[in-house]
Amino acid sequence: MSEPGTSVERPLLSPFNIIAGTIILVGLWLSYLRFTGGLGAVTNLDNNNAWGFWIGFDLLCGVALAAGGYTTAAAVEVFGMKKFHAALRPALLTGFLGYSMVVVALLYDVGRPWRLPYPFVLSPGPTSVLFEVGACVMLYLIVLFLEFSPMALEWLGERKLRRVLVRMTLLLTIFGITLSTLHQSSLGALFLIVPSKLHPLWYSSYLPVFFFVSSVAAGLSMVIFEGTLARRGFADKMDEEHKRTADAVVLGFGKAAAFVLAAYFAIKVFGVALDDNWRLLATNYGLWFLLEMLGFVLLPCFLFLVGVRDLNPTLIRWAAFLTVLGIVLNRLSICLIAFNWQLPQADRYFPHWMEIGISVFVVTVGVTAYRFIVTRMPVFYEHPDFSEGH
Amino acid sequence: MSEGFHSLQEFMSYTKGMLYLLSVGYLVAFVFFWRYLHDRENEDD
Repeated sequence: MSEPGTSVERPLLSPFNIIAGTIILVGLWLSYLRFTGGLGAVTNLDNNNAWGFWIGFDLLCGVALAAGGYTTAAAVEVFGMKKFHAALRPALLTGFLGYSMVVVALLYDVGRPWRLPYPFVLSPGPTSVLFEVGACVMLYLIVLFLEFSPMALEWLGERKLRRVLVRMTLLLTIFGITLSTLHQSSLGALFLIVPSKLHPLWYSSYLPVFFFVSSVAAGLSMVIFEGTLARRGFADKMDEEHKRTADAVVLGFGKAAAFVLAAYFAIKVFGVALDDNWRLLATNYGLWFLLEMLGFVLLPCFLFLVGVRDLNPTLIRWAAFLTVLGIVLNRLSICLIAFNWQLPQADRYFPHWMEIGISVFVVTVGVTAYRFIVTRMPVFYEHPDFSEGH
Repeated sequence: MSEGFHSLQEFMSYTKGMLYLLSVGYLVAFVFFWRYLHDRENEDD
């Protein structure tokens, strides 16, 4: 194993660099088209479909899947589950990069992105849910940056500032959990104003609760999923403690995810029962809804359950992967597939390839940044000069 | 509201009743869920 904390010489023309470089070059070209030609040049958005793939995938999925930061921080810092400590830094890094990419994607989606700060400085709209979402995401991104900073400061050897930030850890964690609870649920609340546009199987007055509970499952699963990928790609950057506790993290988070998914399944069924939507299950949309609920909620819940009971981390990792897919499916269903479901087919929205291309570009930038950080900063290992402060 | 209902009272009685039955079902199922998750740990003890 190479010594953690030192940069390993990696070939410049590696397969990852070639693919990522190509995607970034194409993405830059698409960005040029977007910012010179406007939304119409690269998207299929129109007056019926003002929110498209960038909101459905980049924002809704991005925020949900970045929930690993607050769930892990809550487990370790607030509930004192120190055995999961090794998972905290990777989770915070993923959260920070996830939210950063959400904001980057928002710059593409908002028609006049330079006006993003307007609600806070020029024309506040505090009665709007969107204002609350914007405020929470902005504040939480700052919190995540401060939580991430000790890793960068250890890399830079900056002791004083790092000490100040480490002392603020509990305060930042509590603030982060509060902000996450608020905006994860508010993203669901955004859809409360469209009861006639969103299919009844997905629409519910409990949408904020659904979004919040599913974000917890997404966060737990994402920590497991990301840990699995990191183990394959960056094993040389992990210290012994990280490797030793990896399976304990998977089992612990898998157990929590089983409970959360069981609760999520229950409240989703309650949602169908409360609006008496049983008969809609026998329609095409109903089959899609059943696929989402049985294949990507109940099945992973069962796999988590069996995996934890049989102490089988591989099964739990598969369950986490299914859950991540399920969250993506759910957010895309709400924002795109089951949205405007009554419109004639000709008026329905399907993303332009350039919209998907820009999303791939944004994700690739995030992955590249992740790779840059974990190969240089103490994310998977304790910095030998700062190990007392973790 | 479904066609079979003639008043909000009927609709609420039906859906709430269904919800209470489901809730009881879930509470019972949760006991089995918990036992399935933990019985191997108990065996090990």
